[in-house]
Amino acid sequence: MANEGTHNVEDLHLTNLTKKFGEVAAVDDLTLTIPAGSFFALLGASGCGKTTTLRMVAGLEEPTSGSIHIGQQDITNLRAFQRPVNTVFQSYALFPHLDIFENVAFGLRRRKVKNVDAAVNSMLELVELAPMARRKPTQLSGGQQQRVAVARALINEPDVLLLDEPLGALDLKLRRQMQIELKRIQTEVGTTFVHVTHDQEEAMTMADTVAVMNSGRIEQMGHPADIYELPKTAFVANFLGQANLFAGARTGTSSDSIDVVANGINFRVLSTRNSAPGDEVIVGIRPEKMTILDLHDKDTIPSGHNMLEGRVIDVSYAGVSTQYLVETQWGQKVTVFEQNVLVGDRSSVGDPVVLHWSPDHTFGLAGGETVLADTAQILAVGA
Amino acid sequence: MRWIKSKLLGVIAVLVLIYLFIPIAVVGTLSFNKPEGKYNTSWNQFSLDAWTNICGVPGVCDSFMISVRIGIISTIFATILGTMIAFALVRYRFRGRATTNLLIFLPMTTPEVVMGASLLALFLNLRFPLGETTIIIAHIMFTISFVVVTVKARLQGMDPRLEEAARDLYAGPRATFRYVTFPLVAPGIAGAALLGFSLSFDDFIISFFNAGTVVTFPIYIWGAAQRGIPVQVNALATLVFVVALLIVLTSQFVSYRKRKALEAGMHSDSAIVGADVKGLEAAMPRS
Repeated sequence: MANEGTHNVEDLHLTNLTKKFGEVAAVDDLTLTIPAGSFFALLGASGCGKTTTLRMVAGLEEPTSGSIHIGQQDITNLRAFQRPVNTVFQSYALFPHLDIFENVAFGLRRRKVKNVDAAVNSMLELVELAPMARRKPTQLSGGQQQRVAVARALINEPDVLLLDEPLGALDLKLRRQMQIELKRIQTEVGTTFVHVTHDQEEAMTMADTVAVMNSGRIEQMGHPADIYELPKTAFVANFLGQANLFAGARTGTSSDSIDVVANGINFRVLSTRNSAPGDEVIVGIRPEKMTILDLHDKDTIPSGHNMLEGRVIDVSYAGVSTQYLVETQWGQKVTVFEQNVLVGDRSSVGDPVVLHWSPDHTFGLAGGETVLADTAQILAVGA
Repeated sequence: MRWIKSKLLGVIAVLVLIYLFIPIAVVGTLSFNKPEGKYNTSWNQFSLDAWTNICGVPGVCDSFMISVRIGIISTIFATILGTMIAFALVRYRFRGRATTNLLIFLPMTTPEVVMGASLLALFLNLRFPLGETTIIIAHIMFTISFVVVTVKARLQGMDPRLEEAARDLYAGPRATFRYVTFPLVAPGIAGAALLGFSLSFDDFIISFFNAGTVVTFPIYIWGAAQRGIPVQVNALATLVFVVALLIVLTSQFVSYRKRKALEAGMHSDSAIVGADVKGLEAAMPRS
């Protein structure tokens, strides 16, 4: 362990990491570098391999093959108690027979650190639990237990802090509060945080970098806004927020864009926003990027916009926005969010409408109908 | 009619309780009796003779101490062995694990008479001299099962993540056991030891077969019953009951205090962070 102040944080490298349970690969040839000091989120549905990845980094699970390095140090074959890595467990796993102080002091005492009092007290200050030092874990609320778990791990000044669905057991309001809290703590201590979650909102609000995992592999990785605005696969488009996807075929290519025809309708996708290598292209658009108009006002749509006609089949008012479900001629249901900024008529059920959106928001994904069907199935199982 | 219906459950409950406690009350009351003849069966006159001179009858305290000694020795062995078996059964996958799991119940289900008789046959065949040692061997054998079952239940109820957390926090296998596993399983082991002691202390059938010339407390009472049980036996029995009662009451009191402290803690916490009792409930262990 480095001394305080001189604590040198280094990158975490996973190289060709694979974990097989029998014949099933929970983690499949994963190669990943997590930059030092970043707040990194591994996002995925249950069973996608994210927790297994985390447990391998912690040393609680042995990789079938591949290696784990922190900086230059190979930690693949170190036992859990030998690694400069600490974990915040799902449902915390606080020691019920020890009080809060001793829970936090546990790691220091095992490493025979003398005079733990000052370190423990300042850590309890950091998580704002100093008055609770002599309580037992069961006497604390969920949010407080969560903070004890963070303090117990962080006091060891790990090179990497692993968080396994740390907010899963909290109710919604408290979860929001803790998201901000965790982000504050991370900024304050500067340790690399690797956060595993299935909650896309949680991942996006806290992490600098999000990696979306599916079937043991990383589908896409990047800044939350970048992934959200420009997903590269149908899975990411659906898992991270909502998306309307239309499977089609490329019919033409111009200097800066391609034309895709899906269900007889022509869409324009900017070349910079198209990740489909071949002629099969899925055209995608986020619900809030679309504008809904009465069919009579079709003439007002700016030229060059993509558009789509349909009929409103459901309207739900949600305060900030109104959510429309629009059915296209071929029976696909398209979701549209409209900000409630205008006073006046809203479209109602049965109205013929036209949806339009800028190519700047349109994205192109590889694959056809089968990809859409597979994605829907994975998401249904994951949920 | 309605009144009877609404009170019926309570009345029955009280009757059952009375039924359970009458024998104990009789034993206790008669320990203060000065019996008229040699049989201490009907109330004659209040007396503290048996209590002030508790070892007054030859053999009674000797046999009592023999039973206590046998109980302690066999409990120590049975608890250590049984705890180890429980750990093996819960923590490790090995050949014959399922069979062991099943076989461990056998001593609990075998009739004591059969077990006592067959142990006697075994000792005689081995030309092993009967005495305290044979009683202890027999007691260890049948108390192990109870220890295994009790400790196993405690171990299975333990969150495996607690040990993972210890490993994650720089505790090697030894430290993990010493600072996390053992303290958490200890109440189960203590319970198993108490149960083991009481089973050994009052065992008559198996002891009787394998005792040789040794007279344990239950054997003494059985023998005395032929001639009229001395009042001292009632006094000693009452003493045992009172000690057991004190142990139970103390443990109840301690857990009551813990619960009170917990409730007090919850109130002040909610004042600090805003009442998120829901989160607390979700996070609380099953116990």
